[in-house]
Amino acid sequence: MSETPSVDWFALSPILALLAAAGIALLGAVLVPAGWRKPLAALATASGYATAFVFSALVYVRSEDASFVVADSFARDRFAALAALIVCGAGLLAVGVSWSERLGHGEREHVGEYYALLAAAGAGMVFFVGASNLMVLFLGLEWFSICLYVLTAIAAERVGSLEAGLKYLIVGSFGSAVLLFGCALVYGATGELGFGAIAEATSTQGLLDDPLLLAGLAMLITGLGFKASAAPFHMWTPDVYEGAPTPVTAFMSAATKTVALVVTLRVLVTAFPELDEFWTIALAAIACISLAVGNLAALVQRDVKRMLAYSSVSHAGFMLIPIAAGNELGGRALLYYLIPYSAMSLGAFAVVAARERELRAPVTLDNLAGFGWERPVLGAAMWVFMLGFAGLPLTGGFVGKFYAFSAAYEAGWTWLVIVGVAATAVSLYYYLGVVRALYMRSGAELQPVVVGGSPPPERLLQGAVLACLVVTVGSFFAVQPLIELARDAAESLPF
Amino acid sequence: MLTTALILVPLAGALVVWLLPWSRFAAGSIALLVSLVEVGLWITALAGFDFGESGLQDSARASWFSDLEVSYHVGLYGFSLWLVGLTVVAMAAAIGYGLWAERERARTYFGLMLFLTGAVVGVFTAQDLLLFYAFFEGMLIPLYALIGVWGGRGRQAATIKFVIYTVAGSLLMLVSIIVFGLSQGTFDLVDSGTSDSPWLFLGFAVAFAIKAPLFPLHGWLPDAYRESPPEVAAVLSGVVSKAAVYGLLRIAIAKFPEPADDFRLTILVLAAVGLVYGSFLAFRAPDVRGVIAYSSLAQMGLITLGLFAGNSSGLNGAVLQSVVHGLVSTTLFLLAGGIERRASTGELASLGGLAKGRPLLATMLMTVGVIALAVPGSAAFAGEFLILAGVFDQGWVWAVIGAVAIVLAAMYVLRLISAVLHEREGSAVPSEALDLRPAELGLLVPLVACLLALSAWPAAVTDRAFSDGDVRTLQAVQRGEEDGSAFLAALRDGDGWAEYAPIEEDAP
Repeated sequence: MSETPSVDWFALSPILALLAAAGIALLGAVLVPAGWRKPLAALATASGYATAFVFSALVYVRSEDASFVVADSFARDRFAALAALIVCGAGLLAVGVSWSERLGHGEREHVGEYYALLAAAGAGMVFFVGASNLMVLFLGLEWFSICLYVLTAIAAERVGSLEAGLKYLIVGSFGSAVLLFGCALVYGATGELGFGAIAEATSTQGLLDDPLLLAGLAMLITGLGFKASAAPFHMWTPDVYEGAPTPVTAFMSAATKTVALVVTLRVLVTAFPELDEFWTIALAAIACISLAVGNLAALVQRDVKRMLAYSSVSHAGFMLIPIAAGNELGGRALLYYLIPYSAMSLGAFAVVAARERELRAPVTLDNLAGFGWERPVLGAAMWVFMLGFAGLPLTGGFVGKFYAFSAAYEAGWTWLVIVGVAATAVSLYYYLGVVRALYMRSGAELQPVVVGGSPPPERLLQGAVLACLVVTVGSFFAVQPLIELARDAAESLPF
Repeated sequence: MLTTALILVPLAGALVVWLLPWSRFAAGSIALLVSLVEVGLWITALAGFDFGESGLQDSARASWFSDLEVSYHVGLYGFSLWLVGLTVVAMAAAIGYGLWAERERARTYFGLMLFLTGAVVGVFTAQDLLLFYAFFEGMLIPLYALIGVWGGRGRQAATIKFVIYTVAGSLLMLVSIIVFGLSQGTFDLVDSGTSDSPWLFLGFAVAFAIKAPLFPLHGWLPDAYRESPPEVAAVLSGVVSKAAVYGLLRIAIAKFPEPADDFRLTILVLAAVGLVYGSFLAFRAPDVRGVIAYSSLAQMGLITLGLFAGNSSGLNGAVLQSVVHGLVSTTLFLLAGGIERRASTGELASLGGLAKGRPLLATMLMTVGVIALAVPGSAAFAGEFLILAGVFDQGWVWAVIGAVAIVLAAMYVLRLISAVLHEREGSAVPSEALDLRPAELGLLVPLVACLLALSAWPAAVTDRAFSDGDVRTLQAVQRGEEDGSAFLAALRDGDGWAEYAPIEEDAP
């Protein structure tokens, strides 16, 4: 009997649950009759996400003190657990949105692979948020990115899907390469891989002005900026969001953004606390560029998915503001904001998916006309999501923006607050444009219903949208419990 | 409890109307019933209100999120009680009008009207800055939809203008709220002290000036008032604009005594310009709604003169005038709606001669018009007199401008009356156009009755808007003699503003 190292399997349980779900879905694609594949795969993925959600919640409850597992490469703390909860929630709802999506015809409809990849991407993300050294950081990033590349391209018969997948692959790989190069430079400068060790080495070896370390940090921020789709690293976002199957877009917009921002915060605060003068300015600049680019570009979009993609860019800017604040309140603000943001984003794309299936055409502001009256539930939900994006009351987006701005003010960034507020004012124009399209078009502008009438409402998709609605509105009222969750999570980081 | 009920009853009513499958008539009836219950609740609050006692009454407080000291904190002062009363009465009339006019998509419509009621009452009662902001923005959501869906032909442009103006203002306010609240350590209006930052003051003042609107920030007004359904225009000019009055009084003046004093001259000048300019525009406006819209601009200027007069008669006059103008404006817009339904246009050029054979309509318009032009003995006269007497303190020139504006008011109101009721029968007036229907009378008569009651007894409001302690404190704060901390401490201990050491009152 040889000694095996003890592994805290409990800390890894959410990842394992998702991997198991991916395995079942994949095996199902080979072993069960064609008609059963989809229910089996979807059920496996949904239960995988549900199990992972429960495990993450347990990890959250039982990880009052942060600890590290597997040779200190993976952090078991509330910070990672809360991010994992958001990812798993988003994944579960994404399964509901995916259910009726046509990915192709006959043999070319790869449902088993689709759900397997969806579960595997979630596993990669949960792995990624726990990263506490540079190797795991890169591994996690590649793990979920590769799944997403394939998911983007999986509907090969869909116009633009392959193209989007290829674009995502190339630009995303470029981002990953930059990140890897940054990791190498940081390792070269400090001789350390662990985040804590890097911070220690920086202060003991007096590396504050080391050009190698600074370049490495800059490249790390760039690489993570690609994933968070912050401008000027956002070029792939509109095309990929538009070309990918809409449920994939919904999942990406909620989960990828969450993990990228959460990991950015963790890396910067744990590995580079002494370089904060450098990275707070850098992030503030990126935030401003994202807000400007995202908002101005969104103003002129007619395609709703592209518009939401640019809105996602501008929200990357909004959520970089609390990170740039670099204080504990900022961590709390980010983690709180991500909860309603993920719900709004997923819900909005789900509504777009519903309209897309009705029309069998890309959804534009024009052919959205009258949708609010035809489908009251989805229309009202979309309205709430748009108000939430714009930060109006009765949605968690309002409280999230309030917290983000408060954090920036506490850090002394009053000008950043003003930039954020100005961006909010601009954004209202295009968010209300969607509401206008949903409700305020005259009868003459309404689109004729597709031949054969509208398809019946999809219960699973509606359920997912309603869940998002509940989270969006609920997070406005239940601020106290959510902010306590976020505070406890942010306390795992050494602010 | 009562204040919370005043906010929650219409919101709950809105949910009921939205979620259950009512017919058009049922949805409207439920909404009307809820709005009448709301009036009943307000009367209960009025009956139980102790006007001798100063400080917050009927208050309720619960923590919303504790780390930044934000709470759900609502309550009533004397002046907020009157503004809430205006809200519930005007909203009930507007909802009744919507029911009578058989608005399309009734469930959405009536739900939004009830939602709006709750939000406006919330604005007038909120004692926490973030809560106030939430209600203030919350008003915008139903208004946007009410204008955008049920409005006239140019509604899309009107809503965009309205929303962008309002949101630009309120986001400035959000920055001010964040900075003020974090530097005070609490967002509570009662607990927080005062600030002397001119920037924060401007953030609030500009937001309220847009909402009112005050010259020169009134660009959204003509479109929004013309393109709204009449009952929404009534609410917008009668009730929603008073949120600005409340905000200026409760936040801009009370929390920023020094900046309010520094900017007094600027604000008085702008208010006076708005008063005269609005009056002239009203005199030249080509349609009924234009006259009412620009007269609202003028009246808001007048009310602002009173608010920044810096003494008790100015403040009392401003509150009375807010209530009176709210009622007048609501009644006039509802009448304008009735006229437009009959003539299918509001152009004064194609109207005329409506008085002939339509005595009820003529009586109604004449009565409200006479009150609006501040005939001695009317409630508006009492309000304007108090405002002018108050602002005289700041220099006789303001009182002169105000007096000139009253003459101008007579000009535009009389022009409106003669163009609609008298002169030759207009081309757009069908001879079979009916007199006011019983349902319309049912809506208008209570409003006019309120106006007549206030005309008979304006002191009902002016003696009961502020307790003596409130006024003394506001004055002391405004004169910069007092940073407000002592009376705030007294307030926290539950003693009320009256317990605060008295300060010699200015001779009016």
